[in-house]
Formats: sequence, C-alpha cells, structure tokens
Amino acid sequence: MTVGFIMMCHTALGRAAEVARHWAEAGCPVVIHVDRRVPREDYDPLVRQLADLDSVSFSPRFACRWGTWSLVAATQAAAEQMLHRHAGVRHVYLASGACLPLRSAAELIDYLAARPQTDFIESVTTSDVVWTKGGLDRERFSLHFPFGWRSHRRLFDLVVRVQRLLKVERRLPKGVVPHLGSQWWCLSRQTLSAILQDPDRARHDRFFRTVWIPDESYFQTLARLYAINIESRSLTLSKFDFEGKPYNFYDDHLQLLRRSDCFVARKIWPHADRLYRTFLAPAPSQGMRAEPSPEKIDRLFARAVDRRMRGRPGLYMQSRYPLKDHENGKTAGPYSVFHGFSDLFEEFDLWLGRTVGGRVHGHLFAPERAEFAGGETVYNGCLSDSEALRDYNPQSFLTNLIWNTRGDRQCFQFSPRDNQACNWFMATDPNAQISVISGTWAVRLLRSNMDFADIRREAARLQRIETDHLKILRTNFVKARVRIWSMAEFLESPMEALQTVIDEIRPQAARLPAEAPRMTDLSGFGQFLQNLKNQGMQPIVMGEFVTPGDAQRADAPARSKPHVVR
Amino acid sequence: MNLWQRYRLRARRRLLRFRAFRSRRQITPVTDRLQGIGKDSILLVSVLRNEMTLLPYFMRYYRDLGIDHFLMIDNQSDDGSLAWLSVQPDVTLWSAKGSYKAARYGLDWTNWILMRHARRHWALVVDIDEFFVYPFCDSRPIRALTDWLDSNDKSSYPAMVLDMYPRDGMTGETYLPGGNPFEIADHFDGGNYTISRNTWYGNLWIQGGPRARAMFADDPVNAPSLNKIPLVKWAWNYAYASSTHMLLPRGLNGTYDEWGGERSSGCLLHAKFLSTLPKKVSDEMERREHFADSREYSAYAEALRSEITLTNRWSEKYVNWRQLEILGLMSKGSWA
Repeated sequence: MTVGFIMMCHTALGRAAEVARHWAEAGCPVVIHVDRRVPREDYDPLVRQLADLDSVSFSPRFACRWGTWSLVAATQAAAEQMLHRHAGVRHVYLASGACLPLRSAAELIDYLAARPQTDFIESVTTSDVVWTKGGLDRERFSLHFPFGWRSHRRLFDLVVRVQRLLKVERRLPKGVVPHLGSQWWCLSRQTLSAILQDPDRARHDRFFRTVWIPDESYFQTLARLYAINIESRSLTLSKFDFEGKPYNFYDDHLQLLRRSDCFVARKIWPHADRLYRTFLAPAPSQGMRAEPSPEKIDRLFARAVDRRMRGRPGLYMQSRYPLKDHENGKTAGPYSVFHGFSDLFEEFDLWLGRTVGGRVHGHLFAPERAEFAGGETVYNGCLSDSEALRDYNPQSFLTNLIWNTRGDRQCFQFSPRDNQACNWFMATDPNAQISVISGTWAVRLLRSNMDFADIRREAARLQRIETDHLKILRTNFVKARVRIWSMAEFLESPMEALQTVIDEIRPQAARLPAEAPRMTDLSGFGQFLQNLKNQGMQPIVMGEFVTPGDAQRADAPARSKPHVVR
Repeated sequence: MNLWQRYRLRARRRLLRFRAFRSRRQITPVTDRLQGIGKDSILLVSVLRNEMTLLPYFMRYYRDLGIDHFLMIDNQSDDGSLAWLSVQPDVTLWSAKGSYKAARYGLDWTNWILMRHARRHWALVVDIDEFFVYPFCDSRPIRALTDWLDSNDKSSYPAMVLDMYPRDGMTGETYLPGGNPFEIADHFDGGNYTISRNTWYGNLWIQGGPRARAMFADDPVNAPSLNKIPLVKWAWNYAYASSTHMLLPRGLNGTYDEWGGERSSGCLLHAKFLSTLPKKVSDEMERREHFADSREYSAYAEALRSEITLTNRWSEKYVNWRQLEILGLMSKGSWA
C-alpha cells in the first residue's frame, strides 16, 4: 500500500519535475496536472524529463483560473486517473508544483498506513471560519459566481450586487452542509472514490460549479458525507499573509522547516536551491519522529502579519507613517510632563531624578536649546539639542526621543515659555502624564531684572499661552492623564500633590520621598501680583493669592508657606 | 486630488518624459551588451562621474545581490572609470556629453535609459556611493524581493538613505579601491529623522541624520532629503520626478502604510564620508553642477575646513539589516 500524489502545476515546472521524480523514485505514483495555459515549449520538456518514470503520468489539462471550478475539474480528472491506474494507492495526496516534501515518502507511507481509514482534510463549517476575506463567507454558497474574480472583476462585483438586490438564495443539494478548508488534502481511496463515483455527483458538480472558490469547499464539503474518520487539518504546511496570499519559504527557513516535522510545505520559492537540495536528498531514516508541529512557523508568520497590520507603536518611519488617530500608539512609551514645577522649586529636575530615577530632562522645548538630562548636547539616537532642528519638526523630535529611549521613562519640564507646538499631540496621547501648576511662570518674572512695563507685557503673553494650553487640557479629546493645580491650590499641600504624581510614575515606591524639593523664595510674590493688577493686567491662572504683610516681612524664611484664601 | 491637480501632474509627467526624450542625443553608447538582458533580468541604472575608487566594490556588491545587468551612464569621467566599465561583461555603458545640471542632475538621462531599456523589468536606480540593504539581504537575493513584490502586485519599493561615517573624522583611514567602505565608515545616526508628507506627490519627505545635525542645524529646511524609491518595476509611462526621491504617477510613491501597519522597506547605505570626500568636494566646488548651487557641497567644504567629527557617543555601529530593522529605520513588513 502506498500514497499517490497529484501535483497541480503552472509555473517553475523544473522544480515540479524534481519533486515528482523524488516521490516516484520512492515508490509513490504521481499524476501531474499542468495548466492548459502553459505553452508547449515549457510543457514538452517536462514530459520528456519524466518519461523514464512509469509511475508518473499526466492528466488531461484544464485552463485553471484562481477561484473557479476549473481547479476542481482538473483535480477530479487527475484523481480519477490516479485511482484507475494505481490500484496499490490507499491515500491520495493533493499537492502543488510549489510543494516540497520535508520528510521522506517512506515516513509518510508509514504514517498513513497506521491510519488507514483517516482522511486528512481541513474542513470547517462556514460559521467557524475566521480567515475568509471580504464579507463573502456565507454568500459563497448562497449566490452564483459565474465569473472569475481575477479575470472579470467588474462583472463579478456586478453579479454579486444584483443577486444581493434580488435576495438570491441558492438551495443546497440534499444532505450537503457547506464546509471550507485548505485546498491541500490527503484523502483515502474509499472517501475519494465515494465522492467521485457518487450517483449524485452530477448534481453536486452543478451546484459547486458556480460556488465562490470551489477548490476550498468541494472536497471539504463532500468528504463530510462519506468519510469514516476525518482529521480536520492539512498535512501540508502552508501559511497565508493578511491578504490571503500564501507565504513563500526561502533558504533561511531551512531549520524552521526541518524542525516543524511536517510532511510537505508550500510554497517554496523556486530559487531556494538549498531547500530543494536538502530536502530532496535521500535522507537517512530518522526512526520514529514526532507528529507534525508547525507552531514555531505559525508564530513567525503570525508575527509578520501583526507587524504588517499593527506595526510598532510610536514608530514613524519611511514605511509606517500613520494618519492622525490611526497611530496605534502615538508614542512608544509612557512619559511625564511637569508644567510649571521648575519655576516653583529650585533644581526640581535633579530632585525628581533622585526620587523616581529614570531620565529627567530640563525644558526640552526651551527657546534656547533642548535641555537634555545631564546637559548633553546630543542624546539617544543622535538627537541634537539644536533648537532650530527641534522646532523644524517638534512632533518628530518628541516621538523620536520617546522611541529612541523606549523602555526608559522620560520626564521633562515644561512652561509657557517653551515651544507649544506639541500641546495637542501630548494631550491626546495616552502615554503622556501631564501635571500642571499654573501661574508659576510669574515667580521667575518676580526675580527677573526687567523693567516693569516689559514684565507686564511678558506676563500677559505667558498667561495667554498658558490659558490656551489649559483649554486644550480641559477638552474632552484628552487621552493623557492630566492633573492641573493652580499655584494657590498646589501650595495648600505641595507634598501631597507631588506624591500623587510620583506614585503614578513609580507605584512600587509607596512612601514619601526622603527629602522635599526646595521651594523658591516666594516673599513679595503677593505684592508682585498686586502690582501687576495695579498696572491693569489681571493675573488669574495662579489662583487667589493673598499674602498679608508680605511686604513688611521681607526677612521671612524662604520656606514659609503663603497664606491662601480660596 | 481633484481633476485639475491630476491634470497638472500628468502634464508634469509628460514634460519629464519629453525632457528625457530630448536628452537622448546627449548620450552615446560606448559598449552595447543589451543582448545580455533576459526576459526577467533585474537591472541596475546609475549615472556616475569619477568613481574609480568605489566602482570595484560597487560592482561586486550588486553582482552578489543578484543584479543581472548594469546600465551605466558615464558623465565625462577622467579617472579611468569609463575604460574600466567598458570591459565588464554585464555592463552596457553610455557616455553623456552635456551638462549634468542641465540634465536635471542626470535625471533626464536616467529616465531615458529606463524608458528605452527597463520596461517590464525591475530596475534599481542608485548612485555609486549607495548600497541597497533590504530585509533578509544576507540570505535572499534581490530576486526573492522582486518576486515577492510581484506576487503582491507592488511595483515600487522604498529605501531611505542612511549616511555612514567613520569613527574618527573623514580624513582618518584611507579608503582603498575594492575594499568594503563600511569597514571604515561604520557608524550612523539611529533615530533623529524628521518626516513630513508631501501631499502633492504623495511621498514622505525625510530629513535628518548626521548631515542635518552637523551641517544644516541652522537651516534644517534645506537639509538633504533622505527618502528614496530606488527599486521600481518600470512601465512605459513612469518617470522619476526629482532624483529618485519621487516618481510619477504619484501612486508609486505610496510605499508607506497610513493605518498604523508597517510596509516593507530597505535602506541605502551611503558611502560618502570617506577619505575620498575632500578631493570630490574640491572638484565639485569648481564644477558647480550640483543641486541648488551645490549647497550640499558647500556644506561639506565647510565641514572639512572646520574638521567636524560626525561621531558622538550615541552613534550606532553598523552590524546588519536586522539592527536597522530593530531601530525602526527599515521594516520587514509582512515579508517573513
């Protein structure tokens, strides 16, 4: 008892000949179907090449178009020829010209001999199939498909639309429950002959003739009627990409293929010399080997599909440039923005670095330069601190920084003095944690050595910028984790507020920081705000500040907490 | 894209093709081995001038990659490049008279050669100092890539220019002909590239890298473009619009995914910053035949004068394509 191979070929006939010879010499009869559209100059050499092998024969040729009945008709003819000519065949294996045996024919014969009644055919009901593309799953069987999708795309679409409009619903032949599955099967003589010699075959054929992609459903459905024992899996290892196109195997897949313990793989790239050389070489029998286990290969190709469909979050590059809101991760990892903290605390970045670890930058968007942690002029990925380069494309700057340092949380300072171009981007980024103390920019103005008229103008400008930013942070488009305190609110209990922010960055460090950051001297701040008011500018973002007797107590301790009235 | 814009792009494409046609008299065949081009040969097209130092390695690299035939256009070399190329068995060589600048930096010649000889072929259009790297290029020949693109009905493939530089200054180790330039210039910038979309042509505009960082920090708009689409299955109505940065019809420029996924892409390793640069710069500054009044070469001259080192502690040392993949400079896409 042996296994017979049917090979469906249309390109790379030389490779098909090699494989056919390999199987035939191992004692397996081979029936080859060559697409009618293959020119005579290519077909004749193939016949000549295999003329010395008695067990290789050629079946009547059909012009095969993808997704049409012709493929099934060709298979039927070849299968009939196989069963008729080779009485010793117990199983028939449907393969293609791009298939390559990974294990010796003897092993396959043994494997099948141990399972004489079993049919290996992937056969799943339509409702359970997840891999069909484009809405045509149930409709494959309920509509007529007289035109090929590849050859007559427009007619195909038109016919489908008309039938949907007319609510066409084909009746299934009696007893037939539609099943789908890989077209590469291995059926026992009993089952296959039952399908081919069925008195109802004409009726079945008529039905499947205008079903959509009958080569994935004809045998898969009818096998269910006659099979004694169906193993619903294909013995052929074959993977498909996100568009339903089969993956090619190349020389570098050699080890994966070898370890998969599958019997046959498809498709092999015709120029993969090493694969053909290795697997067609007469292999020493390796004794008992495992069941086919294609999991590793499955994982590899599943990863490739995921890469193609979802990509790497936060990456912007030459072949991944998502439209707004289709980013699947605007940035590569979480980061924290501290708005206004550096004005209120002295050396806040150093303190934060000591407290939470990670990289704490100064004002990355400062007007003079990007203040990278440690005062570096170039940062990860050779990111330059030049303000011109950064301002040329601030969003690229930010996404590059987060991408280049992925796995390492970035914190940076922010203020209304900085470049505001990324405000919307950060506010709508779920990776951002934005903490705002509004109004602290005024503290720096208080200490500045400017004319009061200039201070007043600058204060108005910064307040306008900050108000705009706060407006963004209060819209309902915000995806970032945002906390906003006015300066007055924050000063009521600064450590508590800081603690909530830090806990979010470092949840495991659930204790108060060892030391408090040093607050800048706020003496005279209340009076300063009053002066601004007196000059006609209304400072509002810092909240309600009242510091009685501030002016008299110029020698008050620097850490004194201002009195706050709400 | 409204009808008027589409009309204008079509007019532009026809102009480009007419310019190519008009420039045909400027190029005369030196050696004709066009019979060597088979039905599905993969071609390489390049315009060169005085590249004798890099040529031997260039030819070896691309032969190893699986290029079947080279279509080379020599623009008045006087260093023996012409003679050397004319005896290579797989090279068809032309000599271009006229001005490089007037031929839109050689593009008219390239378009003409592509129009004439590359129809229905995959063609790789590169400069002599650009070395194409694509996913699995260490184990799969370029035909594996083009076959895969064919089966996916794609006819163009992107590759970003990656500027490579030596660790210690450009004037350090001398590059000798035949050697691998990336044993000397083995560093690159890993992640400082800025991208924007060109809505008119539909391509991405990428700038950055060491040249933007060290030479165009004050003038980032004019930093060199790094996006390229060097690999195309040529058809009669195609034309390169501006160097190999973009093509017409504009659909060919859509080589990136806009819905969050990743398409496949490669890189062009750029062997510019070698010991050969000073000589090249002084020649080209005299000739003034390069883009935008040789702005780039002025910057190189300035950089050489002030002995800029492009290396810093964050420079990446080149290992292989997988490293570029992990850094996100190129992608396998769905190819596995």
